[in-house]
Amino acid sequence: MTQRAVCEPLIFEHSRPGRVNRAQSAHLGGELNGIPESLRRKHPPRLPEVSELDAVRHYTRLSQKNFSIDTHFYPLGSCTMKYNPRACNTLASLPGFLGQHPLSAARDSQGILACLWELQEMLKEVTGMSAVSLTPMAGAQGEFAGVAMIRAYHDARGDDARTEILVPDAAHGTNPATATMCGYTVREIPTDNQGDVDEEALKAAVGPHTAGIMLTNPSTLGVFERRIHEIARIVHEAGGLLYYDGANLNAILGKVKPGDMGFDVIHMNLHKTFSTPHGGGGPGAGPVGVSEHLQPFMPIPVVGRDDSGAFRWLDEHDLPQSIGRLSAHMGNTGILLRAYIYALMLGREGMVRIADYATLNANYLMARLRDAGFDMALPGRRATHEFILTLKHQAKEPGVTAMDFAKRLLDYGFHAPTTYFPLIIPECLLIEPTETESKQALDAFVEAMTAIQAEAEKDVETLKGAPYSLPVRRLDDVKAARELDLRWQAKA
Amino acid sequence: MSNIPSELKYTKSHEWVRIEGDGTVTVGISDHAQALLGDMVFVELPEPGTSLDAGEECAVVESVKAASDVYAPMTGEVLAANELLEDAPETINTDAYNDGWLFRIKLADEAELKELLDAEAYAELVAEEDH
Amino acid sequence: MPFIPHTEDDTRAMLAACGVDSIEDLFDEIPPELRADALDGIPPGRDELAVSRLLHARAAQDAQPLCFTGAGAYEHHIPAAVWEITTRGEYYSAYTPYQAEASQGTLQLLYEFQTMMSELTAMEVANASLYDGATALAEAVLMAVRANRKSKARRILMPRTVHPRYRGVVQAIVHHQGITLELLDYDTAGGHINPASLPTTPGDITALVIPQPNFFGALEDADALTDWAHTHGALVIGVVNPTAMAVITPPGEWGAAGADIVCGEGQPLGIPLASGGPYFGFMCCKQKIVRQMPGRIIGATVDLEGKRGYVLTLQAREQHIRRSKATSNICTNQGLMTTAATIYMAVMGPAGLEGVARQCHANTRALVQQLGEIDGVETVFDRPTFHETVLRLPRPTAEVLAGLSERGIFGGFDLSADYPELDNTLLVCATETRNETDMDAYAAALREVLA
Ligand SMILES: Cc1ncc(COP(=O)(O)O)c(C=O)c1O
Repeated sequence: MTQRAVCEPLIFEHSRPGRVNRAQSAHLGGELNGIPESLRRKHPPRLPEVSELDAVRHYTRLSQKNFSIDTHFYPLGSCTMKYNPRACNTLASLPGFLGQHPLSAARDSQGILACLWELQEMLKEVTGMSAVSLTPMAGAQGEFAGVAMIRAYHDARGDDARTEILVPDAAHGTNPATATMCGYTVREIPTDNQGDVDEEALKAAVGPHTAGIMLTNPSTLGVFERRIHEIARIVHEAGGLLYYDGANLNAILGKVKPGDMGFDVIHMNLHKTFSTPHGGGGPGAGPVGVSEHLQPFMPIPVVGRDDSGAFRWLDEHDLPQSIGRLSAHMGNTGILLRAYIYALMLGREGMVRIADYATLNANYLMARLRDAGFDMALPGRRATHEFILTLKHQAKEPGVTAMDFAKRLLDYGFHAPTTYFPLIIPECLLIEPTETESKQALDAFVEAMTAIQAEAEKDVETLKGAPYSLPVRRLDDVKAARELDLRWQAKA
Repeated sequence: MSNIPSELKYTKSHEWVRIEGDGTVTVGISDHAQALLGDMVFVELPEPGTSLDAGEECAVVESVKAASDVYAPMTGEVLAANELLEDAPETINTDAYNDGWLFRIKLADEAELKELLDAEAYAELVAEEDH
Repeated sequence: MPFIPHTEDDTRAMLAACGVDSIEDLFDEIPPELRADALDGIPPGRDELAVSRLLHARAAQDAQPLCFTGAGAYEHHIPAAVWEITTRGEYYSAYTPYQAEASQGTLQLLYEFQTMMSELTAMEVANASLYDGATALAEAVLMAVRANRKSKARRILMPRTVHPRYRGVVQAIVHHQGITLELLDYDTAGGHINPASLPTTPGDITALVIPQPNFFGALEDADALTDWAHTHGALVIGVVNPTAMAVITPPGEWGAAGADIVCGEGQPLGIPLASGGPYFGFMCCKQKIVRQMPGRIIGATVDLEGKRGYVLTLQAREQHIRRSKATSNICTNQGLMTTAATIYMAVMGPAGLEGVARQCHANTRALVQQLGEIDGVETVFDRPTFHETVLRLPRPTAEVLAGLSERGIFGGFDLSADYPELDNTLLVCATETRNETDMDAYAAALREVLA
């Protein structure tokens, strides 16, 4: 057992009444003359009272309890945990960018607007869509924008019979949740045993009530939807539109354009494909791309150019049929800037190479794991940028689950792959190595998986008790949900 | 093998129904269903007085990894909901058929009882699903 | 190859292991007619040096005027420690903490964040962030509709004193679900919602939104509004500025029972202006409706050995489990921004945050006084304000702002587009980052422009 880090108290437990960080507040203050007593706060909020050093040390120590791309191989399927180049952060954090107020006049913002405009153009090119709006703040908000545009499109044509959105059963949870937010009912389409959408079921499901379908391609099962043209035809003939969930764009960047596959509207996850950081949960950016017939409905603002070549924000005056604004300003500008910087460094050759090496890494890792005796969920298929391994045999005999494997991998110094998604594959690990990992890192992962399998065969308890070497042992989720403790309370 | 008492009736969506003989029924989720869901952490129940249509979503049982809707097996009015579950949802795991009951309904149409599965038919359904 | 580590030997060995001759062969399941042409519209790749040169030029291109504009985004001093720590790779490059044991840093920090936000707003619980203040308000409206089971009307009272952009975003997001937003007009003397103007028999209302301070910078009579809403069976949604919370009554203490849901823009807590984002939305509520709250929530628990640890909890509310019946579609949130905000609040402490709030209030008052001495410049509303105030100008606002801009000053927000009745007005703000010299410069420039 490796030495486990000591327990780091909460910042509130470091607090001492009266400790003030004077470097930050010595000269601040002033009378509250303008605020009558009745509107004033009676007792100060119980925020921690710590020194600057206390805070720096505490949050540095906490950081050391995290796995991250910068410290560990992180093959989390569907999440594209690739290296986040440091230059993207440094350059997006130049004072000229950070200091700009969001309501600044366009004439004072030509520098940032130029960057965003070029990003829009590059994303159009690489996806084959007619126009791009950068404003959605994550994949799910991109989905919302997309489905809201589908709705606006049908509404504008007076076609109000379309009440249903089709979603494959393997889809990410944000797809059905988004359809509901847009006022649609969700109909699930089953997947066939090859991992493709069940075409017969699709034919049976479409009709005059179909507003559209939300598809991920490569799908969440890590395979390319080969009959995409046929699917597009079926849905379009029924009068529905096709939505592309671009979470897996890394697999086909520059190889296949969603616009060419027949999609009417797409979102991209820049925090996946374009390497912006995940930040322990966000922020992301989920720009949407549209075909020509959806262009009038795009969310605002969009960066445009006037006759003189100057950049400006297009707003409701330029796009009166827009679905509206999805944030108070322009979405996650700083994230867009990071993606732009990354795209500049890659250039046209670099983008295609992403798909090449992401695919090579996934197929190599799949081949090695198969040779090591693991079962693939879709054995006859090529991996795209990711693939699914199923531990359903291990779950029966010797009796270890995907969760046990995942937790034990942490002890071996690897972040676990995605577990229990997609929901339709039992005991699955969805593994996405990404192009930025070397052969040596992948080989080490195979060794760890092999070693864990051997441990499982010898004594399942080794896995059941994992992890052993992390700051905490396995945590009790059930207690957390039953006895809600969502904030620290001072002991009375 | 899950426990399927022969004196109860069942639905395809894994509710059990006990016919009380006074025009009311008691409803819960089967042992098979609780085992699939895992450790129960929260139960949302219909308020007494609510009228339900057969097949309507009327309660939610929640574990850490899943949340499942419970459907009204028959049409009627909710007479009582099991308040014990508010603080002890795990009762469904330990005693699905007795203390783990969810709600009682006053039936609007006793003929609907015919639609329910008996223990044998439900056992078959479960065996098929396990396959 | 940028960011791809493979040597030729590696690639050869890997292809052999896959049983193919070339990388191209790995794409053989893709129908050939779908294959794209070269990406001619994208420039060739550049190295870090070249890109750095370009970005420096772009950043330098934008004017950096002296900023007296708030209107939802506020320039505050950010202690250097905040972003030094926040951009550590362990925070910056981690994913959402699904594997709790490998994410205790982020999880504990978020638990601390939830505690701090609850304290600041005097509410019982908080979530781990939403996208921004505007979407947080949209989510709060959707949450109120779920949580107020007695109300069937799906009717939300939305004061016109709420940020106009927020109102637009809320409308764009919630209108698909049959929710109506009913506008409440403001009192022309106070620039606030006058409780006396509210109807005595309003019918079925799902929730009332209360902005504090409101978009005009004015402080609403939150106690009376809250009690009025509760009397009529409506929930209260507070949308608040977190800096102001250090000195004004927090929503948990509004009226007899306090607000039910509180949300707002977290940007003032250590997040740079950055042309509008990334910022973060926060949300707090009473614990009894926490299962209706959207977004990630962290809970404390214990491990196998009884040691304290933190996990994502109440996940059955979320899209990955509840799918079409989830409380929201949100998945990725604004995690890194809450990391910065948590460190900001820890470094500032209660005294520091109160100092900032007091200084902002005092500076804005001083500025308003100074500008008010100029002929034709006067305040429009008489309600107390926190750190923004509406001024009337003797000339069209756009013209005045252009003149100020030429003199290196971003003089405020022109209200006329959103409030046609408020033509020739300007919403100004002076945070703790402005000093006397700055304010003198503003006053001098305005004198020149109006001369
Ligand atoms: C397939 C898929 N779709 C949609 C999303 C949602 O994206 P986001 O988390 O950015 O909202 C994700 C990622 O979480 C995903 O993997």
